[in-house]
Amino acid sequence: MQVTSRKFKENAHDAMQDENLRAALGRVKQGFTTARANAAAELPEFEDLRDQSRDIKDHVLENLDYYLEYFERKVIEAGGHVHWCSTAKEARDTILKICRDVDAKTVTKGKSMITEEIGLNKFLESQGVEPIETDLGEYIIQLADEPPSHIIGPAVHKTKEQVTELFHEHHQQYGYTEREEDAEKLVGEARAVLRHKYVTADVGITGANFLVAETGSTAIVTNEGNGDLTQSLAKTHIAVASIEKVIPTLEDVSTVMRVLARSATGQEMSVYTTFSTGPKRSDDIDGPENFHVVLLDGGRSEMIGTELQELLRCIRCGACMNHCPVYHAVGGHSYGWVYPGPIGAALNPQMVGIEEARHLPNASSFCGRCEEVCPVRIPLPKILRFWREKAFEQQIGPKPERWGIEIWGFFAKRPWIYRLMTKAAVRVLKLMSGKKGKIRSLPFNNGWTAVRDLPAPQGATFMEQWKKREGK
Amino acid sequence: MDAKAKILGRIRRGQGRDGAVSAEKADILSTRIKDHSRGIVPKRGQIPLKDQLDLFQGKIEALAATVTRVDKAEDVPAAVQRYLADNNLPSRVKITPSEEVTELPWDDIPTLELVEGAGKEEDMVGLSPAFAAIAESGTLMMASGAKTPSTVNFVPENHIVILKTSRMRGSYEETWDLLREKYGDAVMPRSVNFISGPSRTADIEQRLIMGAHGPKQLHIIMVDDAK
Repeated sequence: MQVTSRKFKENAHDAMQDENLRAALGRVKQGFTTARANAAAELPEFEDLRDQSRDIKDHVLENLDYYLEYFERKVIEAGGHVHWCSTAKEARDTILKICRDVDAKTVTKGKSMITEEIGLNKFLESQGVEPIETDLGEYIIQLADEPPSHIIGPAVHKTKEQVTELFHEHHQQYGYTEREEDAEKLVGEARAVLRHKYVTADVGITGANFLVAETGSTAIVTNEGNGDLTQSLAKTHIAVASIEKVIPTLEDVSTVMRVLARSATGQEMSVYTTFSTGPKRSDDIDGPENFHVVLLDGGRSEMIGTELQELLRCIRCGACMNHCPVYHAVGGHSYGWVYPGPIGAALNPQMVGIEEARHLPNASSFCGRCEEVCPVRIPLPKILRFWREKAFEQQIGPKPERWGIEIWGFFAKRPWIYRLMTKAAVRVLKLMSGKKGKIRSLPFNNGWTAVRDLPAPQGATFMEQWKKREGK
Repeated sequence: MDAKAKILGRIRRGQGRDGAVSAEKADILSTRIKDHSRGIVPKRGQIPLKDQLDLFQGKIEALAATVTRVDKAEDVPAAVQRYLADNNLPSRVKITPSEEVTELPWDDIPTLELVEGAGKEEDMVGLSPAFAAIAESGTLMMASGAKTPSTVNFVPENHIVILKTSRMRGSYEETWDLLREKYGDAVMPRSVNFISGPSRTADIEQRLIMGAHGPKQLHIIMVDDAK
C-alpha cells in the first residue's frame, strides 16, 4: 500500500477534525478496553499465561530456522506446498502464479494483514484476478477503496451511514435497490452477496495466526466464519503468513490462544479457531484440492538478534492500539502504513525506513499502557525510544528540531543552569498569564495555544518543592 | 541462492550462527515437539465431569448457543424435530454421513427429510457430530473426514451438533490428546474446527450482530453416554 507516514502530522490534524472518526474512536476506547479488563480479571492464570506466551515466542525466535524447516517438512508430508518469499514482490508473484496455474478468475479472501502488507489486492486486480474480501470489515473498506484503520477491526472508522451508502452504491447490481439503514439487515445483505462468491471462487486466500511446526497446520481465528468458508469451498487454499508465526506444538498454541482473544476483543475464545493441514484427503467429500503456504520474510529476518527482535513476538491482537491515547486521538490511518498504533510506530520504521516513518516513534506520550496490556509483553516504549535515538543519530528530521534537542541537551547536562532557567521561566510565564492564570498565545507553541489556553505554572518548580520537602 | 536459503541465512546470522543448529540442539528441539508438554492449564476446567458439563453449557449459552440434554442417543431425532419446530425451520436437514448420525432411529420421526453429504448453499439446517468439547471456554471441537465434511458446520444457516458427554474435556490440551489417539502423533485431519457459539460480527460500529457468514444459530444436543 501507499506509504503516507511522512505526513503523520497532517494526517493526524485532519483526523482530529473528523467528527465520524471521533465517535468511532470513542467506541474503541470504551468497548475494547473494558472487555479486555473483564476477560483478564476472570482468568486467575492470565498473567502467568502472558509470561508463558512471551517465553514460547522467545524460544521460537531463538530457533526460528529450525522450526520453519520442521514446519515445511510437515506441510509437505501432509500433501501441501511451502513457498519461501524474501520480499513482498516475491510473495505477490508466487500467489499470482498459483492463481494462474488453476486459471483463477476470482479469489475469496479471509482477513490477512500480510496480504495488506504486500499490497496483494491491487496487484491481483492489475493482473486480471478479482480479489473479494469476505471479512465484513475488510469487505466494507474494499468497497470504500481504503486501507484498514485497525488490525482486528479494519472498518472501525466507518459509521453505519457510510456503510449504508457503500452498499447502496455497490449492491444495486445484485438487486438491492433500496437504501438499507438497519445494521442487522446490512450484515444480512453482505452475507447474501458473498455467499455465492465462496462457492464460485477458484482460490481462497487466508492469513494465519499460527503455523504449527508439530503438525504442519496453519491456524486462523475469526468470529464471522468467513475464513472457514473461504478455505473450504474453493479448490485451492493459500495461507499467507510471515515467518515469525511458527510455533512448536499444539500445546504451545493452546497457551497463546488463551491470551490472544482476551487481549483482542475480550472474548475467551474467538467463535472459530480452525486448523488446516494439507489439502483434502483422498476420500474427503469437501475441502480444497490444493494447499499452499506462502511464507513471507519482508524484513523480519533482519530483526533477529537486534534490539527489534522482541517485536517479532507480536500476535497481532491490537490491544496496544486499543489502549493508546495517541491512537484514540488520531485513528489508524494517520500512521500511514499497514500497522497502526504503538506496534505500528515501533515496526513501521523497520519496514518502510526511519526516514519515511520518523514521526511515528514520536507519536507517543510514553505512558506505557501498550506494554502493560501486551499479551507477550513487548517493551514498546523502549523500542520507540530506540527509534528516536536512531533518527537523531542519523540526522533525520528538520534542523530546528535537531537544534532544539541539542540546546535542551546542553542545559539538561548542566543541572544548575537548567534549574535556574526553569525557575526564571516559571516566573515569566506566571507574569505573562495575568490575573486569569492562563496564557493565550506563546511564541513557538502555536500547536498548543492556537486551539486552547496554556495554564500558567503555579508556585515553585518541581526541584524547588523537592528540596523544600527534603525529597519526601 | 533461492529465497529459502537467503531467509534461513539471515536468521542464522542474526542468531550468531553459520549454519543450522547443532545436532545436539536439534535433538533437544525435536524432543520438545515430540513431548508436546503442557503449559499452564487453567484450573477452572479441571473439575468432575458433571461440573464440566454445566460449565460448558453455561459458557456456550452465554455465547448465544442453545443446549438440550437427552438421556440416550435414541432421543436425538425427537430433540432435532422439537428444535426445528420451535424455531420454525424446514424439516430438511443436511447430515454428515457418519454412523453416529446415520444410525440414529430417524424412522421414529418420519416428517424429517435427511440428506447426507457436504454443506451446500441451499441447506438451511446442518447436523454433525462433535469430535470433543472443552468445558473451559464452552468450545466444540470438530474434526473433518470422509464422513464428517466440515462444510456442514459452516454453510447452513442453522447448525445442530450432537455431543456425547463422554467426549467432554476440561481443556484444549486434553482434546489434542484425543485427536492423537485417533489419528496418530503429529497427524491431523484436513480441518479441525474449534467452535464457540454461532457466527457474529461487530464490524459495523462495534455493535454485535449474529450470523455474519457462518450459522446464525447453533444448537447442541448433549447425549448422556458417560453414565
